[in-house]
Amino acid sequence: MEASRKPPTMTKITGAQSIISSLEHEGVDLIFGIPGGAILPAYDPLYFSPIRHVMARHEQGAGHMAAGYAWATGRVGVCMATSGPGATNLVTPLADALMDSVPMVAITGQVPTHAVGNDAFQEAYTIGITMPATKHNYFVTDPDDIPTVVHQAFHLASSGRPGPVLIDLPKDVLNQETEWRPPEDLDLPGYKPTMDGHPRRVKEAIEMLARSERPVLYVGGGIIKAEASEALTRFAEMANIPVVTTLMGRGAISDDHPLCLGMPGMHGNYTAITSMQKCDVLLAVGVRFDDRVTGDPQHFAVDAKVIHADIDPAEIGKVRQPDIPIVADARRVLNQFVKAWGDRPALANQEWIDTLRGWQDEYPLFYDQQPDGPIKPQFIIEELARLTGGDAILVAGVGQHQMWASQFWKFDQPRRWINSGGLGTMGFAVPAAIGAKAGMPDELVYAVDGDGCFQMTFQELIVASAYKIPVKVVVFNNDAHGMVKQWQKLFYGSRLSSSLLNSEVVDYVKLAEGMGCIGLRAEAPEEVEPTLEKSLSIDDRPVVVEMVVDREEMVFPMVPAGGSNDQVILGPDSGD
Amino acid sequence: MARVLPLPRHTLSLVVENRPGVLARVSSTLARRGFNIHSLAVGPTIDPGLSRITVVVESEKVEQVKKQLHKLINVVKIFELEPSKAVERETMLIRISAMGTSRTEAIEVANIFKANVVDVGFNTLTFEVTGKPAKLNDLIELLRPFGVVELVKSGRIAIGRAAKSKPSRMRAVG
Repeated sequence: MEASRKPPTMTKITGAQSIISSLEHEGVDLIFGIPGGAILPAYDPLYFSPIRHVMARHEQGAGHMAAGYAWATGRVGVCMATSGPGATNLVTPLADALMDSVPMVAITGQVPTHAVGNDAFQEAYTIGITMPATKHNYFVTDPDDIPTVVHQAFHLASSGRPGPVLIDLPKDVLNQETEWRPPEDLDLPGYKPTMDGHPRRVKEAIEMLARSERPVLYVGGGIIKAEASEALTRFAEMANIPVVTTLMGRGAISDDHPLCLGMPGMHGNYTAITSMQKCDVLLAVGVRFDDRVTGDPQHFAVDAKVIHADIDPAEIGKVRQPDIPIVADARRVLNQFVKAWGDRPALANQEWIDTLRGWQDEYPLFYDQQPDGPIKPQFIIEELARLTGGDAILVAGVGQHQMWASQFWKFDQPRRWINSGGLGTMGFAVPAAIGAKAGMPDELVYAVDGDGCFQMTFQELIVASAYKIPVKVVVFNNDAHGMVKQWQKLFYGSRLSSSLLNSEVVDYVKLAEGMGCIGLRAEAPEEVEPTLEKSLSIDDRPVVVEMVVDREEMVFPMVPAGGSNDQVILGPDSGD
Repeated sequence: MARVLPLPRHTLSLVVENRPGVLARVSSTLARRGFNIHSLAVGPTIDPGLSRITVVVESEKVEQVKKQLHKLINVVKIFELEPSKAVERETMLIRISAMGTSRTEAIEVANIFKANVVDVGFNTLTFEVTGKPAKLNDLIELLRPFGVVELVKSGRIAIGRAAKSKPSRMRAVG
């Protein structure tokens, strides 16, 4: 034995090492980010960490990559940025993730504590700026708090109604000495999500449904987030209730299921929209009566009794006062419904089902692809679905292409459709697709993007090339911000004020090649299939497929903003 | 001009974690959701880890106000205090113009309201008074003819009234 007895020494590490160890402790395998002055200390231990880091080219890209990763995997997406502009560039992805309930943790550097408040170089009040764009945020002043803060952040991001959480770390806190200890138990006295529906409300809901003649299940993103697809499909089948799936909830029940009516809302199909207008009981689960779904809420489903189940109590009664409110996790409450329905027979609502079938036959989604005409964007979606067998993760930006993708793709499972719904963030598709592919490398990932969206974030394809994340991006070139142009044509006397994109000066194939991708182009309908086939055959690098599409094609059906869902414009010639 | 009906006022009592930025979260949430703040008072509680925010909001959707505030992670509890079932108080400091005989007149009025003179200037008097919001407004009206030089109000604080008879079952109240 040694004569000298030293007291046991704790291993001293820095705050920076603690943050990386804490992320490892939470099981993080991938971070999307960009280093910079204030966050630099954290990048040093990251160099030695098993966590992979993907360096985005703009922090907005990093944020949407984390979102795409989270959407596809169901795990928490992590992004990292420096102080000031790094953090402000994350604001859009944070706001996007908050609106669409995407579990995300953002780590930002901050100027040293002593400089905070002094307009130091690259200082921004990140906590204040991101307060309304996050579920919660943390300003860390003591490196000893890091493990617990990180643990809480991951818990908040992924539980209850998921959302983004930001941790702001001053540089001196990152540099200070600390010890890494396992995080303390969660102590969040103000945060206790209600998971199970109140049994009495569930019973009332089942009784109301059992008496209904024309019920509709209105489901959305909550089903995807709660992994409730199975329970949803089971309950819909047991009770024989048709289902509409919102933009956020596409794939919650398979589009091939006879009870699935597809997407309602501004650009939903006639049957889905009208089923809600005419139903007598509307069972809303994991949805928030968004204005893009309801149109004018005064005219939305006026005769319906509403049962509204959601994990977020604030969504219940925000837009529509339900007859039966239920605060609950979507999966748990649907399982409660299954149990409460018990061995009751399915509803004898054949008349209602027949009415819906009649509408489906009479008012299908349609487009007209002429063999010698310009390429119709809808045709591309259908061809892509056919050639991939639908076996792909489909990512969209925001606008016409997004609506066509949602309308014409057949979603058969959850987490295969990724897009920006609530915030409507143009430029979402390219980085989100990269994040999805990075998280699910064995899946085929196609982004469908508009030319306007593409020009907002295409630089992230350099990341896809550099890190060998072989996403495929189909760019619909209609030389316009198409949805803006559509509104200008319909509501602003066709005055195309600043909505055209000067595509004559852009060569998407060269642009793709310039970023280390393969560039392909199709300009006529007969080129669509071989071009998509070619894109499918390339596995070793990202592919950009430019599709020169009909510039005048518009998205229909359409309920004009703020209009009544009773007045669906079915096509260009049926408007009045 | 169209007459805008005043929105109903609600007194909310929030128990919040005593952390930096909590007041900003509460006020930011109210502003972000379009709810008007009539008054706001914040202070410590007997538990050093918790603070109390008493906020009077003007809204027809008080349930929505409460739910949005509840989403804040640092907000632990929210009570809505009905005026009939709560003791509500405000403190006011009011400085008026008063010289010569008007001084005694003003002090007589103030005495009725149990207001104390806390400062005397060359040509002003300053009263301190605590009471129900309506009482303070009455005093303001009575002092107005003297000329109000400056007025400072604390913002409302409130506490629920306790049971007047022995409850059938004792229950711990947080």
